[in-house]
Amino acid sequence: MADAFSLPKRPSLAVRVFGPFLLLRESWVGMIGLSLVLFWVLVALFAPVLAPFPPNAPLMALQVPGADYPTAPSTLIDGVPAAEICAAIPGNAAQVDCGTFWLGTDLVGRDVLSRIIFGAQQVLIYAPLATFLAYLVGIPMGLWAGYSRGMADAVFSFISNVILSFPVLVLYVLILVTLPRSAAIIVAAVVFAAAPGIFRIVRGLAMDLRAREYVAAAETRGEPLWYILFMEILPNARGPLIVDAMLRLGYVIITIGTLAFIGLGMPPPDPDWGRMIAEGRTTINFMPHMALFPCLAISSLVLGFNLLADGLREVSLRD
Amino acid sequence: MGRFRADWEGPVLECRDLSISYDTRAAQIPAVQDFNLVLNRNETIGLVGESGCGKSTVAMAIMRYMGKNGAITGGQVLYKGIDLATLTDAQLRALRGNEIAMVYQEPMASLNPAMKLDRQLMEVPIYHDGAGEEEARRRALDMLAKVKLPDPERVMASYPHQISGGQQQRVVIAMALLSQPSLLLLDEPTTALDVTVEAGIVELIAELAKQQETSMIYISHNLGLILETCDRINVMYSGQVVEEGRVADVFDRMRHPYTRGLFGAIPLPSADKTARPLRAIRGQLPLPHARPEGCYFGPRCDHFQAGRCDQGPIAMESVDPDSNQGARCLRWDEIDWARDEEGFTQAPHPTFGEEVLSVEAMKKYYTLSDGSLAAIIAGKQTRQIKANESITFLAREAETVAIVGESGCGKSTLAKVLLGLETATDGQVNFHGQDLGKTQVQRRKREDVKAMQMVFQNPFDTLNPSHTVGAQLGRVIRKFGGINDGDAVRRRVMQLLDIVKLPADFYYRRPRQLSGGQKQRVGIARAFAGNPTMVVADEPVSALDVSVAAAVTGLLMDIQRSYRTTLLFISHDLSLVRYLADRVVVMYLGHIVEQGTTEEIFSPPYHPYTEALLSAVPIADTSIEKKRIILEGSLPSVIDPPKGCAFHTRCHRKTEGLCDRETPPKIAAGPGHEILCHIPLEDLAAIEPVIVQKDKAAAARG
Amino acid sequence: MLVLVARRFGSMILVMLVVSMLTFLALEADPGNVATKVLGPYSTEQQRDIWMERNGYNDPLPERYLRWLGNFLQGDFGESTRFRTDVADVLWPRLGNTAILAVATMALVIPLSLVLGVLAGMREGSATDRTISVVSIFTTSIPEIASAPILTFIFVFLLGILPGTSSFQDGFSITQLILPTLVLVLYDFGYVTRMTRASMAEVMTTNYIRTATLKGLPYRRIIVKHALRNALIAPFTVVMLQINWLLSGVIVVELFFAYKGFGALLLEAALNQDIYVIEACAMIAVFVAVGTQALSDIGYTVLNPRIRFN
Repeated sequence: MADAFSLPKRPSLAVRVFGPFLLLRESWVGMIGLSLVLFWVLVALFAPVLAPFPPNAPLMALQVPGADYPTAPSTLIDGVPAAEICAAIPGNAAQVDCGTFWLGTDLVGRDVLSRIIFGAQQVLIYAPLATFLAYLVGIPMGLWAGYSRGMADAVFSFISNVILSFPVLVLYVLILVTLPRSAAIIVAAVVFAAAPGIFRIVRGLAMDLRAREYVAAAETRGEPLWYILFMEILPNARGPLIVDAMLRLGYVIITIGTLAFIGLGMPPPDPDWGRMIAEGRTTINFMPHMALFPCLAISSLVLGFNLLADGLREVSLRD
Repeated sequence: MGRFRADWEGPVLECRDLSISYDTRAAQIPAVQDFNLVLNRNETIGLVGESGCGKSTVAMAIMRYMGKNGAITGGQVLYKGIDLATLTDAQLRALRGNEIAMVYQEPMASLNPAMKLDRQLMEVPIYHDGAGEEEARRRALDMLAKVKLPDPERVMASYPHQISGGQQQRVVIAMALLSQPSLLLLDEPTTALDVTVEAGIVELIAELAKQQETSMIYISHNLGLILETCDRINVMYSGQVVEEGRVADVFDRMRHPYTRGLFGAIPLPSADKTARPLRAIRGQLPLPHARPEGCYFGPRCDHFQAGRCDQGPIAMESVDPDSNQGARCLRWDEIDWARDEEGFTQAPHPTFGEEVLSVEAMKKYYTLSDGSLAAIIAGKQTRQIKANESITFLAREAETVAIVGESGCGKSTLAKVLLGLETATDGQVNFHGQDLGKTQVQRRKREDVKAMQMVFQNPFDTLNPSHTVGAQLGRVIRKFGGINDGDAVRRRVMQLLDIVKLPADFYYRRPRQLSGGQKQRVGIARAFAGNPTMVVADEPVSALDVSVAAAVTGLLMDIQRSYRTTLLFISHDLSLVRYLADRVVVMYLGHIVEQGTTEEIFSPPYHPYTEALLSAVPIADTSIEKKRIILEGSLPSVIDPPKGCAFHTRCHRKTEGLCDRETPPKIAAGPGHEILCHIPLEDLAAIEPVIVQKDKAAAARG
Repeated sequence: MLVLVARRFGSMILVMLVVSMLTFLALEADPGNVATKVLGPYSTEQQRDIWMERNGYNDPLPERYLRWLGNFLQGDFGESTRFRTDVADVLWPRLGNTAILAVATMALVIPLSLVLGVLAGMREGSATDRTISVVSIFTTSIPEIASAPILTFIFVFLLGILPGTSSFQDGFSITQLILPTLVLVLYDFGYVTRMTRASMAEVMTTNYIRTATLKGLPYRRIIVKHALRNALIAPFTVVMLQINWLLSGVIVVELFFAYKGFGALLLEAALNQDIYVIEACAMIAVFVAVGTQALSDIGYTVLNPRIRFN
């Protein structure tokens, strides 16, 4: 009897996992976005290899883009002899001209390009982390409130209304003025401010999906609450949520940058695009490169996420 | 402008070899091919076919409204002798809504929600006839009266959502008729409406067809409606007309196997689940880009001849030149059409076992929180919706009990209470002798949950799009079966797929790769996974095409028969209920107004509501004569139900001063046959039957 | 309708109360801390005790909150430690300056984004639509902290036609208003444009637009009378909620251009621990945000007959 039923072949893992991503090929907007994001991810990953100089070393102040960095091999840069650094630069035969400040240096003499490259690490660690944690908070609350309604919904909705009624930056100012400033606190503040928005979206999706018959089918066989929320409802909300996550990631990058710009960001000295812009502001009228290049960096990364979101939305609407 | 002559004597509309295609990213898809039609003045032609056959595409092509990616790729549409392809934009505007007007499927969506109806109506004479405000208003009011809307002034001042669905459709019809068009296109105008409301609209359309100097094209999937409204019929299949002719000819002497298949698949009063079961058309409608060579119906046809039916395109052949009947079939005069009538496999009459479900005086009230200022001041915070009022009935092993009623009658609430998604406010729900009425599904014992399962209505909604078929069925088996071993679960899933006649490779398919009928089969497999003793089926086939519905119905009944399951079949379709039910429960606004065996329900004495329902159901059989009973008004709201008898506001047999004051008594018309009515049993018994089958031969002669 | 307005304002007051409690708790829960901030880090223990005694900071928390709230409602926000004057004296002029900036921004954003959004959504997928959509994605991707330097670079450094600061030192000047406004408009209009476009595009695919077309109405009337009325309901709420975002952008812009506005005041107060100014600024910002939210909800109901008559 058992032999009568032979199992059909299962589609390969590669098809199941990467199939959906192949769809993105059909949206050129999405592909540009993906390229921009991947570019910055690679830059962040290979920052130590790519950066010509240590990011925090004061080398020569106020150099314009393209200026060379002549130095004696024995000069110490961050405690390392310049010769070693110079030797690490590919194709650099002359040990005297240690390198070029392709994007100039800042007031203290740090290489702008290296700081932008290392700054990418900072952005691409904290922003995704904060966004992810915000979803971790917002999704279960939103699912529960949207599916069960009642008291849970009333309480969570009121809390999120209160938080959302603060203009975002005002909220951050209040939090960061009262609490000691550190990377952990900034991430926590972002989670606190972003989770209510995620809660609202998830709640709306759950309210829509709870009326589906497959949810009723799960109820009629007595499935527990967690199963209905996370196995029946959540998978079907993933499309809009992925798009939202991309948009939100871009927005969190802006937020973290803005906090640094207004002086409430990560503590110095590690490179941070927002703080670089703030520092470059004073010289914008005669040496604009200090502010301008970090501006382009942050804008291109945010643009990448926004285009990616748009492409994903376009593709997901097709079928 | 002014290209269309008012005194045109020839055919109003002619389609010659019309072909329509849609461009998609993948390819050009031929939606309609080689479509011919001649519509004379005052004639009504029905376009009938299952979804995807191209019938709506034709209507949109006539309006030259096909979106960016649709185009006429061949042939012509001539309106009053003028090729519509030659029209300028201005001429097209003068055509639309003026010469040719249209009525749509969903009236609510067709009306602008943010605009009062007076503006929407008055636009038509203002833009087409240059009428002034006053004249336009007067004409709009007149037309609203003509489509029999009570209180036209009030309707004019309303927004669409403030009137009922039936009234909205009357407004859309009025809007279409305001410019006295020569051609009216009706695209499934009653599909979104309840049966009794539909009956009113159909009557109105039939009347207008007679009065106005308007020709009509009536698009529908419902053969019964075509019979009630049309002179001629075009049967479409996969983008082509496969048969055309006078309605009576095609209904009584169809000469295309597909037409025959359609009639075999619909539950006519002559069908019977034991003696003459429904016959589904095997296979599926081919996708537009994957049509077979030769006859498109070939792969599904019982009379298919290889080497002949699969060679080259098939032309329309004339069957009867006098009546212009034609069929797109090479073998129409070779097939023995009479023989096909016989040869049914007879199933034994079921014997019912012991009582499985007994609902006693069950009530379900919802409380509606009312936050309006007036309510707060009056000190009453809530209002009650009486969704189910004193429901009493029982169901036995192997029995099919149908719950019948229109939207808002409380049949879905009843199902929810039975399954434990809601708890009863009062009364008992005894399942295998144990009261479950107050126990929510999460608190029920696994044995009870597994013993009562449900088949859902909407094929697009019934399966979770994120999980494979195998995973979904597997979950149910693990949950109910006590089977946890992976291989054993998979084997059981395969077994279930086999029971519902689906191939094993559906295991890894996702719901979007399945057709509607296939999804419903998986839904049935899911309900039967735990070997339930009772299955509640909530309109399981109402969203499916006729031929598919017949197959799914048949499957459901076969499984029920072999497992001796109690089936509670919720439906608004009386024809289907008559076909498959053993006993029927008729509900109206939360009350059971009548219950009894199927024969008792379908013959007098009737409850007046049952009588009206029976009369409203369109039947695609020329030998049936029906009494016309059109109910007034629309369904009252459950929030504010009428006093006395719930049905008195629409009843055609009500007694003033009695029915609107006193709750009607339960009359016992026989063992198990109960009617909730003030009218004495003798009077009810004296009512003539609504549906009478004439002698088939006499009908053909007459 | 009246009930709805009353209910909406009721919930607005409730939110404001909770916000005031949170703000108060965050900044004044610990009286010693307040004293330190007011008197400075070099004050003696004794000085602080005297100050706390004199200003009622030894009273229980609820009492202090109620007194604070009472004063606040009467417009008495306390005394600024940084400006050495009543908070109200600094606050109101600053708020006026920010209002100028906000009005100028909205006056540009609303017409610009509605027109562009409608044009794009009218014919979905057309060249106009794609151009407008991509441009608006671009501009919303450039945060204020980036667009301010970039625009300054272009108009001040390269072209030299606009002033780089907007401190209004020699009185109000239109040219000084241009760059801050431009920065805010650039970042804000894209979002509203995209919402308008989405709403318009959705309306254009509805059955009632098909009905209007097949009635033979001229295209202009279909757009103006049938589509716009429905399509502009959603953007209306978005525009109102935009004011909440604007208040954040204002902080950056005012800081960058040394614009003497409300946002710069909040920031200055925050960096200098001037708690009474922070409190006043936060409360006013939330009041504006919550108020516009309530207005947007009410407006949505007024515009949407399906809700209005129910």
